Amino acid sequence: MKRRRLWKFHGGVHLPQQKTISTTMPVHAAQLPKRLVLPLHQHIGASAKAVVEVGDNVLKGELIAHASGYVSAPIHAPSSGTVVAIADHPIPHPSGLHAPCIVIETDGEERWVEARPYDDYLHMDPSHLRNLVREAGIVGLGGAGFPSYIKLNPGADKVIDTLILNGAECEPFITCDDMLMREQPEQIVEGLHILQHALRAKRCIIALEDNKPEAYTALSAAVAKSERCNIIEIVQIPTIFPAGGEKQLIKVLTGKEVPHDGLPLHIGLVIQNVATCAAIHRAINLGQPLISRYVTITGGGVSQPRNLEVLIGTPIQELLEQCGALDIEPQRLIMGGPMMGIAVHTSSAPIIKTSNCVIAATDDDLPSPQPVMPCIRCGACADACPALLLPQQLYWYARAKNLERIQEINLFDCIECGCCSHVCPSHIPLVQYFRFAKTEIWSQEREKERADLARQRHDSRLERIEREKAERAARLQKKKQALKERSAGDSSKKAAIAAAVKRAQEKKARQQTKEPSANEEDSSQ
Amino acid sequence: MTIAPSSSPFAHGTSSVTKVMLRVIYALLPAIAACVWFFGWGVIVNILIAVTTALLCEALILKLRQRPIMPYLLDGSALLTAVLLAVALPPLSPWWLTVLGVGFAIIIAKHLYGGLGYNPFNPAMVGYVVLLISFPREMSSWLSPQILSDYSLNFAATITATLNGQLPNELQLDALTMATPLDTLKSQLRLDHSISETVSSHPIFGLLGGKGWEWINGALLLGGLWLIYKRVITWHIPAAVIGTVAAIAALFYLYDAETYASPLIHTFSGATIMGAFFIATDPVTASATLRGRLLYGAGIGLLTYIIRTWGGYPDGFAFAVLLMNMVAPTIDHYYQPRVFGHKRK
Ligand code: SF4
Ligand code: SF4
Repeated sequence: MKRRRLWKFHGGVHLPQQKTISTTMPVHAAQLPKRLVLPLHQHIGASAKAVVEVGDNVLKGELIAHASGYVSAPIHAPSSGTVVAIADHPIPHPSGLHAPCIVIETDGEERWVEARPYDDYLHMDPSHLRNLVREAGIVGLGGAGFPSYIKLNPGADKVIDTLILNGAECEPFITCDDMLMREQPEQIVEGLHILQHALRAKRCIIALEDNKPEAYTALSAAVAKSERCNIIEIVQIPTIFPAGGEKQLIKVLTGKEVPHDGLPLHIGLVIQNVATCAAIHRAINLGQPLISRYVTITGGGVSQPRNLEVLIGTPIQELLEQCGALDIEPQRLIMGGPMMGIAVHTSSAPIIKTSNCVIAATDDDLPSPQPVMPCIRCGACADACPALLLPQQLYWYARAKNLERIQEINLFDCIECGCCSHVCPSHIPLVQYFRFAKTEIWSQEREKERADLARQRHDSRLERIEREKAERAARLQKKKQALKERSAGDSSKKAAIAAAVKRAQEKKARQQTKEPSANEEDSSQ
Repeated sequence: MTIAPSSSPFAHGTSSVTKVMLRVIYALLPAIAACVWFFGWGVIVNILIAVTTALLCEALILKLRQRPIMPYLLDGSALLTAVLLAVALPPLSPWWLTVLGVGFAIIIAKHLYGGLGYNPFNPAMVGYVVLLISFPREMSSWLSPQILSDYSLNFAATITATLNGQLPNELQLDALTMATPLDTLKSQLRLDHSISETVSSHPIFGLLGGKGWEWINGALLLGGLWLIYKRVITWHIPAAVIGTVAAIAALFYLYDAETYASPLIHTFSGATIMGAFFIATDPVTASATLRGRLLYGAGIGLLTYIIRTWGGYPDGFAFAVLLMNMVAPTIDHYYQPRVFGHKRK
């Protein structure tokens, strides 16, 4: 097969991979935890709404919370048991927040809900397929958590040239997609067929970094067996962070840039993560909603770093114990990768749909940052920025809180990949400043919206008052008018009377002085 | 503003300000060695005096400014300023010249503007220009490699010479010194000697430029290329500086080879290479965008040529750098790169 031409994106960094530590053991299902904690908000968009109550018995795969809005996703019970609480619980979130969760005490029986009758997806309408994906609660498993069915809804006029499966997995430490591609390549290829059918994509590419030769071999074998192998291409791309970023991967594969205000769809592409794709296969062909995923448990804090198939809602602590949590207190607990992951504040927080990796990081894995020095304007950050931004200028304006100028130089094109912070010789936490600036701008906008709304309300109140005043005035005016008319009527009567009286008097007077009046007439002649 | 203590990225590179600065100093080592070879120990003595002065001044000011002393003292920036200035000064300069220049560079040019990262002007060049204006005679008495080879001065004698101006064997400093190649060209031109006449007759000129100078410049070039290879600097500024100087020189040289020096002389005799790779690339005071750096470098090249050819100083590099330092923020303001996914404006 001819080698596909690949492109480069600007910047990026080469990172120590630290992946092989977690790929030595095959993937097993994690032990069933006693309790499953399911946050209602595990995806981008609106929180799901619980449809169970405390005390309800639920079956594995049963719907326990439904989607509330277009951008939202339902949640299913990962195992059978009893709902014991619907309350706030620590979740994996950068703020360390507690958020509403459904807590299920498992009964260990793993009784499945009745399966949806099987139907061949080839006979299904794309819209029906989309609905099934939606009902299965599938969101992007690569980390973003965007409800997947929306990407399957490109609109009638859009032609999908290429469907890209993202198996790049460019962050250090994480190997869950790698292991999935090695161990379940058929699931991925099956899912790919479904997606291709739903999108009527002309071509498909499965892309992975060239540091995963085993996955490449496994996928190649699976693709070769599939009947549509002629439109599926597996492409190995150079290993550089963040090659797995959606926009970066598209650039590498096609040379095209997704417009800053657009979607891949606008240039004829749809991109899905490989794990999401396998989940879609399970939803459509097996009728299973999204209730488990592969998770990498790694870092110096565990003695057997590995991948496990984990039920959504499993507390991190249980996984650490199964992987031989060491006594030494890991310096940090990170969910996701070291570049874009989040610090988890407590190991009681659960695995959610988007959790691809848990790193129990020791100081050796990820040394704590060195003291911050002033920016020496070396430009290393700009050289590393895949979004082609000038992080050093962004930093400058973020510090100066010049929120207008920082937007002019495109703060919102920053994908928070962390490359700039990584290379900065002065160890400036640049990304933290950018997040801060973004939050600040959002809160200002909300503030402004609120103010606008308040002003509108105020204005309409004033208007109402004005209107009422005007109306009152008008009514008063009318009344006055009416009164006047009436009084005007009165005066005409009076005048008539007066006139009559006058006439009568005149008549009388004429009769009395007939001559003089005649004289008068004469004299007047 | 409070920054959450731990948020991504959690992985950090191993780069540091100290490493960056030290690498630049390493890159200077071959040139320093060549300098010792051709001009004797003077440059080493210069460096010793300059470094001591720089570190003392830095520590003093940090203390006055109530800044943490150790991290900044170890960041290598004062060290680098000192070494750069020491290399640029004539060997056997009197000690007070070096002390004054470095003191001015660190205290006024660096710290008065806010210290590391905040100084708009390259401190070493500010120090250099101040000395050039105030002490033109001391600044233009370079040793001649020829004469020096007749009276080799050992290290101890060099120190004595630097500290109290005493040379062994009743030698006079004047006997050892001589104008720089560019200086010579300029003065000979004033005397209506053509360039080719001067270059061929004067013992100071060698193969490419000034004798000895060409080797030092070769060593600087080597160090500079290593810096690019190590990604301490990018190619943009050096290429733009040297390219511009050489291109303009070539134009005039073709026009009239007798009044305008060849591009080779311009490249290999003065501060062109040292400046292009080591001075103009000082990140703090240069333009930070890639396209901006091209413009910035071209500006330095152009100004250097203009000052050399028509200005009052034989080498205009320091002035050119300082002038372009002023423009750098403006260049950065207007030369924004195209952001990913945006159309080119
Ligand atoms: S990498 Fe750091 S020191 Fe260099 S320009 Fe960027 S922010 Fe400044
Ligand atoms: S975090 Fe933002 S500014 Fe920094 S390198 Fe990534 S995209 Fe560029």
